[in-house]
Amino acid sequence: MEELISTFVRSIFVDNMIFAYYLGMCSYLAVSKNVKTALGLGVAVTFILVCTLPINYMLENYVLKEGALSWLGAGFADVNLGFLSLIIFIAIIASFTQLVEMVVERFAPALYASLGIFLPLIAVNCAILGGSLFMQQRAFASAGVATVYGLGSGIGWLLAIVGMAAVREKLAYSDIPKPLKGLGITFIITGLMGISFMCFSGLKI
Amino acid sequence: MGLLSTKSKEILLGPLSRNNPVIVQMLGICSALAVTSKLEPSIVMGISVTVVVAFANVIISLLRNTIPNRIRIIVQLVVVAALVTIVSEVLKAFAYDVNKQLSVFVGLIITNCILMGRLEAFALGNGPWAAFLDGIGNGVGYAVILIIVGFFRELLGSGTLLGFRVVPQAFYDFGYVNNGLIILPPMALIVVAVIIWVHRSRNKTLQEN
Repeated sequence: MEELISTFVRSIFVDNMIFAYYLGMCSYLAVSKNVKTALGLGVAVTFILVCTLPINYMLENYVLKEGALSWLGAGFADVNLGFLSLIIFIAIIASFTQLVEMVVERFAPALYASLGIFLPLIAVNCAILGGSLFMQQRAFASAGVATVYGLGSGIGWLLAIVGMAAVREKLAYSDIPKPLKGLGITFIITGLMGISFMCFSGLKI
Repeated sequence: MGLLSTKSKEILLGPLSRNNPVIVQMLGICSALAVTSKLEPSIVMGISVTVVVAFANVIISLLRNTIPNRIRIIVQLVVVAALVTIVSEVLKAFAYDVNKQLSVFVGLIITNCILMGRLEAFALGNGPWAAFLDGIGNGVGYAVILIIVGFFRELLGSGTLLGFRVVPQAFYDFGYVNNGLIILPPMALIVVAVIIWVHRSRNKTLQEN
């Protein structure tokens, strides 16, 4: 239980996908122009992270890792399919994205229209593949921890993109040097937000 | 260059500055910045991305007439994932230390928006040779930004370049201190912002309203 809570809090604040690893920056920069769309995309990303991480965790531990196939019989004990992990992870993620795309199109057409190209592009959102790769690298203890990690990273990403969208809505009224307008100032603000998030880095639970 | 026609030259050199993938097209920021706290991983990352973009562009461009439109993203992902797997295995074999430093970011080249962006925008509509040049141009344009950021972060943050000490000991004796802040992740964003600032004040057409 303790591990779950600490993973959850750490993945939101300390290992925040955007501020600590810059994952998912492309859609973050492009979709953070208004809060509502940002919220929609954030929820979609969180959902996909929560779904794909446990699946990829199972695949990693029961199919891909060295010796993971030993449940099939002693002959498979030294099979290592690790080199396939990138392809398998991205396939799982792409198919889930397709699913979410269909659900959103059916039930929230307005959101679908405003997300535009960025909904299918969730498949190539680095935050999601990043989540799976970090899961692989850190070798979490159980599928539960992996799920909680997915949820936490998703919420962290959501927090970042909604915060950024809120700041950008206000930016319209400020006087920014011309060459910095748009992309430049967004980078600087993200950097400043990142610095403020760093104050969580000593956090222990 | 007599070897290349004007159009090819434009395809190759455009992305270096006026059409730079990172600071103008906003592509590939995702996995780029985390590796730039030192110069060496930045260079390796730049080279890896260039190789992957160039060859993915060529392969997709050769296949462009046979891929059904609906499933093209999956096909592109598989091609890219295969190339990235090759690059990652090569790095593991020949540059293990750098590979360790890059950690998950080699795998994340797959989801690097430069790849999808260039494949969608260019390779699907052009022949293999043009696509190859476009891949090289964009890869190098990306690498240039990475190297600039890596250069300043390593110089100011650790006082070294590629691991060699460049700030003389005498400076430290006078009380010069390495700027620890610039090693931290958020500073990469601010360095990129400064690059954008300089670049856009020189290229007025790129400024946003």
